[in-house]
Amino acid sequence: MTPLLEIEGLSRHYAGLVAVDAVTMQVQPGGVHAVIGPNGAGKTTLFNMVSGLVVPSAGRITFAGQDVTGWPAERRAALGLARTFQNIRVFAGMTVLENVLTGLHTRLGAGLFGTVLRLPRFRTEERAAIARARAALDLVGLADRADARAQALSYGDQRRLEIARAMAPEPKLLLLDEPAAGMNPAETEALAALVRRLRGFGTTVLLVEHDMGFVMDISDTVTVLNFGKRIFEGPPHAVRQEPAVIEAYLGHKVAARLAEGARAGVRGAG
Amino acid sequence: MPPWLDDFLWTYQNLVHALGINGLLALSMYVVLAVGQLSLGQAAFMGLGAYSSALMTLKLKLPFLLVLPLSVVVPVAFALAVGVPTLRLSGVYLAIATIGLGEVLRAVYLNVDLFGGALGLSGIPQRAETWMIYGLLGLAVLALWLVGRSGIGRAMEAMREDETAAQVMGVPTARYKMGALLASAVLAGLAGCLSAHVSSFIGPNEYAFEPAVTILSYVLLGGIGTPLAPVLGAWVLTLLPELLRGFSDVRLVLNGVIIVLAVLFLPNGLLAVRMKRIGA
Repeated sequence: MTPLLEIEGLSRHYAGLVAVDAVTMQVQPGGVHAVIGPNGAGKTTLFNMVSGLVVPSAGRITFAGQDVTGWPAERRAALGLARTFQNIRVFAGMTVLENVLTGLHTRLGAGLFGTVLRLPRFRTEERAAIARARAALDLVGLADRADARAQALSYGDQRRLEIARAMAPEPKLLLLDEPAAGMNPAETEALAALVRRLRGFGTTVLLVEHDMGFVMDISDTVTVLNFGKRIFEGPPHAVRQEPAVIEAYLGHKVAARLAEGARAGVRGAG
Repeated sequence: MPPWLDDFLWTYQNLVHALGINGLLALSMYVVLAVGQLSLGQAAFMGLGAYSSALMTLKLKLPFLLVLPLSVVVPVAFALAVGVPTLRLSGVYLAIATIGLGEVLRAVYLNVDLFGGALGLSGIPQRAETWMIYGLLGLAVLALWLVGRSGIGRAMEAMREDETAAQVMGVPTARYKMGALLASAVLAGLAGCLSAHVSSFIGPNEYAFEPAVTILSYVLLGGIGTPLAPVLGAWVLTLLPELLRGFSDVRLVLNGVIIVLAVLFLPNGLLAVRMKRIGA
């Protein structure tokens, strides 16, 4: 199977700091792929390079069969790449429906003259976009808030609005940057149900998340980063047993004690 | 036309012209602010339109209906020259570059014989008609309104709120910023051509820093919720000095106080209505 997203030797240096260090990974089409790692492991920098907001120092990004390494963010969006942000970035003063319609920008092609002259193409496109935006709001359960200002929504609803805005163009790949951050358990559960539903739309999900319960619950593959390097990749159940991952999260002393305990056949103290 | 209206228009001709022309200038500032950029080059673009059109009329003897559309050519060329290097950068670079443009051009008008030096150009035939000014103003408001209520208008407002997020949604932000600056140059160029052809005289100091700030204050006062708001701001600030004639000693002070109060208490402008961004 050809991977949907292929990252080869991707690095990003900030002066002396290496944020991402020669990471190579593949995201297969379909399913949910999670990237985890301690704070400062380079997860958000990796996302920013994939979505085109940060220029890599080295390496290559191939998306949907095209080398997109030097492309600006808007061209990647047109090719079917969408994302949400760790700190919510809805267009606060615009209505909920207008926010989602902005997510459909790449689907509008009437141009300046078509718009000013209100040509039939403009009207058809605008109506189709509104229908799609309403469907996306239905999907995340915000249909009844369509005409509210985005800034009037609760935190959890703003997160759902961001997902609706990203999902509206039916992207090939959706990047979710810490979608469960700041959510209570009930909201996190609702979010997990929503992400599971996204599978049915032919959208592949790549997410960064700290909430391990959430990651284990919805992911098919987990990649672990530490100090900018990929240290593990595999199915969620294998992550828990991997010594390198335990060391990254808990430090090498605890990891050594755990490993010793396992050898001695008793439960390790931890 | 009833005779009283005819009399009124004749008496207040200069004011009527100024209201229309300043409305166009306010719109030329509005299109740039609408995408979240700050340019102070509107007066410079206006000057380029005024000088180039006056020369076309005086030296080339071209008919006005040809001069008017051609008056946008030079401002647009300068907008491209300033915009290409500065719009790639974020922040205040565009504002600084456009202030610089105004000052450089003022020095050029002052020192090059073709532009008449400090005396400016005089004897420009009064060929701009009131209907032309208001026709163009009406068309500009209508076009900006239709653009505002569409995917382009949504993308512009999204850029103003969060440029990075807009880019991730697929908005080609660099092209939009350039487009806004070019539209601004077109509107200011037309305003310059019209003003040169109603006032018969143009001089180098009419297009420098101070008028640029005046144009900005039109939009600060009016707001940017709809294209009508900046026009309203321009009208208030154009009429105000006339209405305050009785207080001639403190006129400028009152003018300044009104602007300060507006900025403090009307942060969204006099016309703080936000237009819907849906076009169907």
